[in-house]
Amino acid sequence: MRTVQRTLGPTDRTLPADRRLRRDVALVCLADGVVGLSFGAVAVASGLPWWLPVLMSLLVFAGSAQFSAVAVFAAGGGPVAAAATGLLLNTRTAAFSLAVTDALGRSWPARLVGAHLVTDETAAFVLARTDPEARRRAFWLSGLGLFAAWNVSVLVGALAGSALGDTDRFGLDAAFPAVLLALVLPALRDGRGARRAAAAGAAIAVVATPFLPAGVPVLLALGGLALTRRS
Amino acid sequence: MNAQLVAVLALAAGTYAFRLAGPVLQGRVELPARVQELLGQAATVLLVALLATGALTAGHGFAGWARPAGVLVGGVLAWRRAPFAVVVVGAAAVTALLRLAGLP
Repeated sequence: MRTVQRTLGPTDRTLPADRRLRRDVALVCLADGVVGLSFGAVAVASGLPWWLPVLMSLLVFAGSAQFSAVAVFAAGGGPVAAAATGLLLNTRTAAFSLAVTDALGRSWPARLVGAHLVTDETAAFVLARTDPEARRRAFWLSGLGLFAAWNVSVLVGALAGSALGDTDRFGLDAAFPAVLLALVLPALRDGRGARRAAAAGAAIAVVATPFLPAGVPVLLALGGLALTRRS
Repeated sequence: MNAQLVAVLALAAGTYAFRLAGPVLQGRVELPARVQELLGQAATVLLVALLATGALTAGHGFAGWARPAGVLVGGVLAWRRAPFAVVVVGAAAVTALLRLAGLP
């Protein structure tokens, strides 16, 4: 049965590119939906009003920066630390934007709207393709799909979170670090320099956490980059 | 206007400015490969530091064992190339079960 399916059933190679794209986008939307639910719930559980994570998701639309901003708020850090930490994390979207800009389209409205949809995930979808038309389709399908999935799930999480109470019971606080780990693993897998810098930076940040205001230890981690570059 | 709302708006405006880099600079500036590589590495270092502090600490102290254990399981699942959703649900489930068993 298994061999029959393997020979007759659609595999990654025989599946039409368009259907494969739609399936992959749907899977990533589902995964991001789980993360969005936890973001909404965690944000509300940390004491923020329900509309703040919802507004943030619409306007910022970047998971890691949103989580870090909420973490800084929750730890009693000021608004400057929260915004600065999120912005530092989002500097990478500038690099992604430069890499995928051809996929946004030619008209200015398309570029201005498309720019808001540049994320780790959409960049990954575009960078995996070379044909200009395939890149454009991949960008808009993943960008619009993820924007919808992310914002709906955050709204549901924020509304349910206030009803659920203590979300730690569901272990949702472990979901975000795990998501980040899954996102950075490819970069860690193929770069020895990146691995060493990341290990040094993480050690610096963890050691500094008891002594410094929230948000600052993560920024100090960049020292890991300088340390390993020099040696 | 409350301070948290201002922080969100500042973060949103700054992030959108970063995202405009491509459309605005298209065809005008070429980032040197070294700078691009460094930007990528800096992002990786920031993300790893964020996940390490997020897994191990809460506020200014230790987060307890349940959370890092869940993150570790999520990491192993990700390393073995499990789907994204499995990683997320696996990490949360392990942490939730450990807490149910009485581990902080």
